[in-house]
Amino acid sequence: MDANFWTWFFVVGTFGLYIGIAIWARASSTDDFYVAGHDVPPLVNGMATAADWMSAASFISMAGLIAFMGYGGSIYLMGWTGGYVLLALLFAPYLRKFGKFTVPDFVGDRYYSDAARTVAALCALFVSFTYIAGQMKGVGVAFSSFLGVQFEVGVFIGMGIVFFYAVLGGMKGITYTQVAQYCVLIFAYLVPAIFISLMITGNPVPQLGFIGEVKGEGISMLAKLNDTVTQLGFTSYTSTDKSTIDMFFITMALMVGTAGLPHVIIRFFTVPSAAGARKSAGWALLFIALLYTTAPAVGAFARYNFVDTVHQSTYDINDVNINSGEKITPQWFKDWEKTGLLKWDDKNGDGRLQYVAGAENEVHVDRDIMVLANPQIAALPGWVIGLVVAGGLAAALSTAAGLLLVISSSISHDIGRRLLLKDMSDKQELRLARVAAAIAVVLAGLLGIYPLGFVAQVVAFAFGLAAASFFPILLLGIFDKRMNKEGAIAGMLTGIGFTAAYIIYFKFINPAASTPDNWLFSISPEGIGTLGMLLNFAVSLTVSRLTPPPPKHVQDMVDDIRVPSGFVVERGE
Amino acid sequence: MAGQLKSIDEKTMRAYWRANIKLMLKLLAIWALVSFGCGILFRPFLDQFSIGGAPLGFWFAQQGAIYVFLILIVVYIKAMAKLERKFGVSQDED
Repeated sequence: MDANFWTWFFVVGTFGLYIGIAIWARASSTDDFYVAGHDVPPLVNGMATAADWMSAASFISMAGLIAFMGYGGSIYLMGWTGGYVLLALLFAPYLRKFGKFTVPDFVGDRYYSDAARTVAALCALFVSFTYIAGQMKGVGVAFSSFLGVQFEVGVFIGMGIVFFYAVLGGMKGITYTQVAQYCVLIFAYLVPAIFISLMITGNPVPQLGFIGEVKGEGISMLAKLNDTVTQLGFTSYTSTDKSTIDMFFITMALMVGTAGLPHVIIRFFTVPSAAGARKSAGWALLFIALLYTTAPAVGAFARYNFVDTVHQSTYDINDVNINSGEKITPQWFKDWEKTGLLKWDDKNGDGRLQYVAGAENEVHVDRDIMVLANPQIAALPGWVIGLVVAGGLAAALSTAAGLLLVISSSISHDIGRRLLLKDMSDKQELRLARVAAAIAVVLAGLLGIYPLGFVAQVVAFAFGLAAASFFPILLLGIFDKRMNKEGAIAGMLTGIGFTAAYIIYFKFINPAASTPDNWLFSISPEGIGTLGMLLNFAVSLTVSRLTPPPPKHVQDMVDDIRVPSGFVVERGE
Repeated sequence: MAGQLKSIDEKTMRAYWRANIKLMLKLLAIWALVSFGCGILFRPFLDQFSIGGAPLGFWFAQQGAIYVFLILIVVYIKAMAKLERKFGVSQDED
């Protein structure tokens, strides 16, 4: 059986599974559609959250980024897991106790303001569309590179599947398909990692192989990797060129951005109680950590294998003197060259691939291909390759579905029912939610097919905005009873305005100037959300103290969300 | 979702909230220490030690911090359940 057969086998098999689950878990009310009836068990929700959160970026791109950034890649590892501590301790239980459907719901009610609700809904829409475009593009790439299907057709197939279970099942359908998708993606991630760890270090646990020795050589894998890459002129694997302050700011922006992303927060609305929300965050991080502690091992092994098999290998098999023990460029290199994601330019004309730092380098590699190419690089059996493709698709589709729900609820619930048509019935709202989800799927697909060219850059935007807008106003809304409408709106506008201006300037208007010398306090656009957040805090705290306190019923509401589920605070007449 | 809402008097509520905040701040201090501390600021210092074949600071940034994050959430879940029993505000769990 070849890799192509197995890829079709796993992709068709898993897609059939998702459709089956969608038919079984249909939504019949807005409660079902937005929050799966508030009765998802914490463990199940934890698993669904893990799939919701881990996108094509986590599955496909992250280990490749780490492979070439080394220690610098730690920003993603700490940033995208540390946010869950903030979610569990600061947000999940209280927002669940609040007990409504969306993040703009909370912002609008807590700050007794339709303006705040609208800003929050627009932010949620912007962040979610940014993200979903990347997922649909990932689906198209997976289909076109492995199944010989046209890119556009791949995107259409992905749209069709997500359309089916998200529009039909709403949050309920999404939750249970995400559970299945988590199982597929984690299995697909761990299997090749275990194989490769065994091959290089002899230890089947990648987390242990990572700190272990190279099989039979008596030197640690990381030490050998450090030696190899520094000899080729690269930065040592376990250190970085990034400044400490930038590492600090990017990690913080990713952490608070994660905690402020609406599609992650709404997952905690689906459990039965505030205590359930805490437990659920714990389960979610456990399931996420399984992949996130494996990823650095996958990254290091990939760099190790890459240098080992590619550097100084002879490209043309006819040039090789078989008995001389020369390395031959592996077949996978030639396969990926066809996609244009790997390039070789024989600058010195010696017929050999030279992979070094600086101008003499002849090999250009797109970091995104490392996870997908890994099974081939390590010469694993064909079924592992098929499994990895199905895993990448599961990661992209599960995240797309979660985002779709945020988009649909922002339109039908936050803007539709709470703002424009306040006397809409439950049934009408459900219909509107389905229509909104359907339109959003089509838009997302179009964004995937006709990317605006700057999708990669806007991801920094999504995290920066979530960090500078949602995180501070949610935090203050729960922990600062005195915080009022005036403070929150002023803070939000400052945070968003500052962060957006900084990113737009360095990413779109004047990208050439984006160097550490020109950055404010040498903070890169990726990390600027942290500063935006601090500004938001400063402005909202100052303004709120100079303006009247929030009305009594809002202060009472804050007291009530602070006590456990099933309780309210007793009040004198 | 069914059932009568029980009420808490304001004094209990404030004591419960203060205890919660105290616990939270302690856990967040550890959260910051393992990630921003061990993983970033003190990395050059910690890298002179090693765990297995990995420099310690590097290991914290790519592995250790994540394990500690997980432990912190588990500790918080347990400690809050205990706190809620102590104040008589336990949530009905299945």
